[in-house]
Amino acid sequence: MSDITAATTAEAAGDRLDKNWMIDKGLQALMFICGFSAIIFVLGIFIFVFKEGAEFVAHKMDFAEFFFSPKWRPTSLSNPTYGILALIAGTAAITALSMAICLPFSLGAAVFIGEFAKGKTREYLKILIELLAAIPSVVWGFIGLAIMNPFIIKTFDVPIGLNVLNSSLILALMAAPIVTSLAEDALKAVPDAYREAAEALGATRWQMIYKVIIPAAKNGLLSAALLGVGRAFGETMAVLMASGHSINMPTSMFDSVRALTATIAAELGETPVGSDHYQALFAIGIFLFIITFVINLAADLIVRGVRKG
Amino acid sequence: MVSQAARAGDSAKKGAANRKVKLSVRNLTIRYGDVVALNNANLDIYENEVMGVIGPANSGKTSFLNAINRMSDMRSNMTVEGEITFNGVNIRDWRNVYALRSRIGVVFPLPVGLPMTIYDNVTLSPRLRGITDKRVLDETVERCLTRAALWDEVKDRLNHLGSMLSGGQQQRLTIARALSQDPDLLMLDEFSIAVDPVTTMRIEDVLKELKSQMTIILVTNLVQQANRLADRTSFFLNGEHVETGETEALFEGRTQDQRTRDYIEGRFG
Ligand SMILES: Nc1ncnc2c1ncn2[C@@H]1O[C@H](COP(=O)(O)OP(=O)(O)O)[C@@H](O)[C@H]1O
Ligand SMILES: [Mg+2]
Repeated sequence: MSDITAATTAEAAGDRLDKNWMIDKGLQALMFICGFSAIIFVLGIFIFVFKEGAEFVAHKMDFAEFFFSPKWRPTSLSNPTYGILALIAGTAAITALSMAICLPFSLGAAVFIGEFAKGKTREYLKILIELLAAIPSVVWGFIGLAIMNPFIIKTFDVPIGLNVLNSSLILALMAAPIVTSLAEDALKAVPDAYREAAEALGATRWQMIYKVIIPAAKNGLLSAALLGVGRAFGETMAVLMASGHSINMPTSMFDSVRALTATIAAELGETPVGSDHYQALFAIGIFLFIITFVINLAADLIVRGVRKG
Repeated sequence: MVSQAARAGDSAKKGAANRKVKLSVRNLTIRYGDVVALNNANLDIYENEVMGVIGPANSGKTSFLNAINRMSDMRSNMTVEGEITFNGVNIRDWRNVYALRSRIGVVFPLPVGLPMTIYDNVTLSPRLRGITDKRVLDETVERCLTRAALWDEVKDRLNHLGSMLSGGQQQRLTIARALSQDPDLLMLDEFSIAVDPVTTMRIEDVLKELKSQMTIILVTNLVQQANRLADRTSFFLNGEHVETGETEALFEGRTQDQRTRDYIEGRFG
C-alpha cells in the first residue's frame, strides 16, 4: 500500500517536466485562444451592429412605420420613409416558398440516402450533395439570372422571371444540401434495433420509415428544417440577383420582391456613414440578427431535446 | 422437479408419432459472405412445444432465428440455403414476407421499447395491418400487456413513452408487442441478458402460460433456463447443429454427442 503511494507521489512531483504533459497544456491553451477569439469576434460584430443601429432605433425610428409601412424610401429628399414591411414580406415569401420546395425534397433525399441507397450509390450521392453545398452563392445568383429567368418567362408566360418563384427555387437548391445531410444524420442516429423491431413486426419498408424511423428522428429532422429556414432567410447575394429586387408587397409568386438582406447589401455602400439611411440599414441588421439568433436557438434547443429523451 | 415430472408425463401422453411439425428445417446453411454461420442444420420443431436453443456465442443461434422470419432478405451479405417449412409451406413461397413476419413474434436480446407511447408500442402491429377501431386496439393493449405480466404496472400510464420504462419492463413490453401480432410462433433471443433475475422469472412464468397457445423457440445463454422451460433442446456449436433431444434426457447426461454433455455440465470455454 505505502509503496504505491510513494510511487504515485514521485510521479506527481515529476509531471511538470513530462513532454506529454507540456504538449497537452500547450494544446489546451491554443484551443482556449481559438474558442475565446471566436466568441470575441461574434460579440464584436454584435456590438458593432448594435452600436451603429442603436441611435436610429432609440431616437429616430417610428416603430409603427418601421414594421408596418411598406414604404422603404430612404433616399427621398423631401420625405424619407423607413418602412420595411415590404422587405419583410419579400423575405417571408421567398423563405416560405423555398422551404415548401426544399423540405419535402430534402426529406425524400435523406430517406433515400439513409434507408434505401447502398454502397457506392450512397457514397456518390453524398459526395454530389456536398458538392452542391460548395457552390458559391453568386454562382447560384447567376443561374437565377441567366437560366431560370428566361425559363420562367417562357414557361409561365410572364413579363419578368426575376421574382419570388425564381429566388425560391434557387434558395431551395442552396438549402437542400445542408437540410439533406442534417436530416440524413438524424435518420442515421435512429438505432438499428428500431428498424429490426419494426421489420420483425411485419412492417413494410415504408411503414417502418413513416411509423417508426421518422417519428424517432423527428427532433433532428425539425432542427434540420429550421437550419434550412435560417439558411434561406439569411442568404443575400443569390436573392439579390434572382428576386428582381423591387419593393413590392407580393401577391403572387411571379411578383418581383426585395429581401431584407439584399437591401442591406445593395444600399450600404452608397450611404454616408452615420446618416439616417445608414443607421436604418443597421436597424434592419439588428432585426435580422435577432431572427437568425432565435431560429438557431430553437434548432439547438430541439436537438438538445433529442439528447435528453 | 415436480414440474419436470409433469412435463415428462405431458410429452409421453402426446406421443412422438402424432406430434404436428410446426417448423421443419432441412439442410439449412447460412453464410455472411464467406463466413459460414450455420452449416447444414436439420431439425423439426413441433406445435406448442418450447424448443430451447443453447450454445456458446457465435454458434449461429441468432442467424438461425433471422433465417426463419426472413430477416435475411434485408441483409445484403447474408445468404440462406436449404429449406425452412413453416405451417407446411416453404417460407420462400410465402406470398409476401411481411405476412410471414407478422405470424412470427420476435423478442430481441436487448429490450427495444420503440420511442412512442406504451399504447402505440403494443398497437403498432395491428395498426400496420390496418386496424383502426379504438375498441379493438384498447382490448388488444389490455390483453397483451396482461399476458406479458405488465398491465398492472403500466395501466395508469399507457400514454408514457415506452422507451422510458426500465429494462425489465421494456422487455415485457416487447413481449406484449410480439403477442399483439397473435403469432403462431414466438422466437426469443437471449431475452434475459439485460433483465434482472426477478423479471426473468416473471417472464419465464409468462412463457409457461403461452406455451399452450403457440410454439416457442427459446434461444438462451443460460442452460438452466432451457432446463426449466424447454420440452426439447438443441445444441449449436460454431455453426454446427450438434444435436436436438428431449431436454430431460440431455440434462440427465443422455446425450448423443460428448460436446453437448460438456457444454451442459459447464466444462466448456
Ligand atoms: N451481420 C453479420 N455480418 C457478418 N457476420 C455475422 C453477422 N452476424 C453474425 N455473423 C457471424 O455469424 C456467426 C454466427 O453469429 P450469430 O448467429 O450471431 O451467433 P450467436 O447468436 O450464436 O452468438 C458468427 O461467426 C458471427 O461473427
Ligand atoms: Mg446471438
